[in-house]
Amino acid sequence: MRIAGRKIAVKTVVIYATAIVITAVMLMPFAWMLSASLKLSRDVFVFPVEWIPSEPQWQNYVDIWTKIPLALFIYNTSKLTIIVTLLQLLTSSFAAYAFAKLDFPYKNTLFLGYIATIAMPWQVYMVPQFLLMREFGLNNTHLALICLQAFTAFGVFLMRQFYMSIPTELCEAARIDGMNEYQIWARIMLPLSKPALSTLTIFTFVTTWNDFLGPMIYLTKTELKTIQIGLRMFIAQYSAEYGLIMAASVVALIPVLIVFLSLQRFFVEGVASSGLKG
Amino acid sequence: MSISDTASATGRAPAVPRNRIKVLSRRRRKLQNALVAYSFIAPNFIGFAVFTLGPILFAFALAFMHWDGSNAITFAGLDNFWRLFEDKAFIAAFWNTIIYTVVSVPATLACALCLAILLNQKIFGRDFFRTAMFFPYVASLVAVAVVWNMIFNPEMGPVNMILYTLGLDPKDMPGWAADRHWAMVTVILFGIWKSMGYYMVIYLAGLQGINSELYEAADLDGANAWQKFIYVTVPQLAPTTFFVTVMLTIQSFKVFDQVYMITQGGPGTSTLVLVYHIYNEAFISWDLGYSSMIALVLFFLVLAVTVVQFRRQRED
Repeated sequence: MRIAGRKIAVKTVVIYATAIVITAVMLMPFAWMLSASLKLSRDVFVFPVEWIPSEPQWQNYVDIWTKIPLALFIYNTSKLTIIVTLLQLLTSSFAAYAFAKLDFPYKNTLFLGYIATIAMPWQVYMVPQFLLMREFGLNNTHLALICLQAFTAFGVFLMRQFYMSIPTELCEAARIDGMNEYQIWARIMLPLSKPALSTLTIFTFVTTWNDFLGPMIYLTKTELKTIQIGLRMFIAQYSAEYGLIMAASVVALIPVLIVFLSLQRFFVEGVASSGLKG
Repeated sequence: MSISDTASATGRAPAVPRNRIKVLSRRRRKLQNALVAYSFIAPNFIGFAVFTLGPILFAFALAFMHWDGSNAITFAGLDNFWRLFEDKAFIAAFWNTIIYTVVSVPATLACALCLAILLNQKIFGRDFFRTAMFFPYVASLVAVAVVWNMIFNPEMGPVNMILYTLGLDPKDMPGWAADRHWAMVTVILFGIWKSMGYYMVIYLAGLQGINSELYEAADLDGANAWQKFIYVTVPQLAPTTFFVTVMLTIQSFKVFDQVYMITQGGPGTSTLVLVYHIYNEAFISWDLGYSSMIALVLFFLVLAVTVVQFRRQRED
């Protein structure tokens, strides 16, 4: 008995130790970022690393707002992210309802058009897309980024898969009660699809907030830039101001951290279910 | 039509209009239903067709054209295609993309699987550990890439400082992003760190789908933990592994952002990848036809993986 007990204890210790070590390695860059953001630039690389600065430079967090238009970048990114996410949720769930619950000519052909492009890397058609936007006069506008991110095949596919799992009898019962299709979508499908909507919200939010190549191609005017390319510009301009760069990076991370932590239960479920479907 | 025709042929007068009304109203209802359905699809589909489908078709055509974006387009035939074989940067980018894929896919997969098995145990604080592993995946790339460059800074970064305290000669120290031989390693390490949490979650879902009776049967047969892993877990996870492999491969073919931020494709062409070359040819050289030809190569790489996936799914 004692031997068995000790064996279990050893196993538990090994599991915890491994988990803690790996987590420490995974989170180390974030700890470094936070710690460096409170240091003077010349102290950032002092070795051994002083994880908790003895004289935290809170001033870094004050200075970044005046060195670059960080507030404007955050406003631009928030605006883009919120509009794209709302449009994505609205149009995807709207289209997905038709694909999942209604019958109409060319349904399968249209759906195939969506499916065929899911695996198509955006990088394959980013150049013609840019030329098209330029033709529309949308170069250097936020509208260009909204247009290219708000109507994805992925969103329609994700929502449609979820709607397929809702019993069709529910819609039929509602039709007998005299509801039209729009009312069924708004009053029955939408409230039932919270998990799928949350998953899509997080995916869209995170992709749009963190998008780099898109804004880099489309936005060259400083006052239009998003936080990612703004941060990149800042790094290029003040490459030796390590403390400030780190403080700006921390600020850029916070919104994603908040959204992720508040919706992470749904996110993990969403990733898991998209995995099983494949 | 045919129903109302037969109805009128039978000569029963009152039946004719009633049937016709029925047919007309049925047809009208059908049309109305279709219009309602299209109205649901239209907002998304119009945007999708204009901004995705159209550019995709345009991309295929552009690969066979010469265009600098301002002067007239001219037909190029296969010029752009033949140019691929003479373009040293393209050849470097192609092989770098393949090397990146061949190394990072199995490495990420193995890390994700090990993490998933570790965090599938019933341990205290499991949700915290899972969230921590997943967080690099959602964290802003620009922010974490700059940290990565600082940590791996060849002269001052803590990684080389640790190697130095461990007794490594400064001459043998890896130069990471600034060193021809280590730049790709740096990019790959970053990619693994950033994405393994995502695939861990997919593996966790796969692990939870394994019937626990299989493990009980293995216990009865006296299997040890390693044997259970090899004979139960691995085969049961085969579909998940396949899915993860396909996803990872496609992601690796498309790698760009992290290369741009960590090494800018250099030193030399040591980390130049396909998408980076597409970007350079399009937005630096304004050689739009040629960049579309490189994009076509990327498309066929991804298509090949997708076709393999489809075949495999049909077999299952």
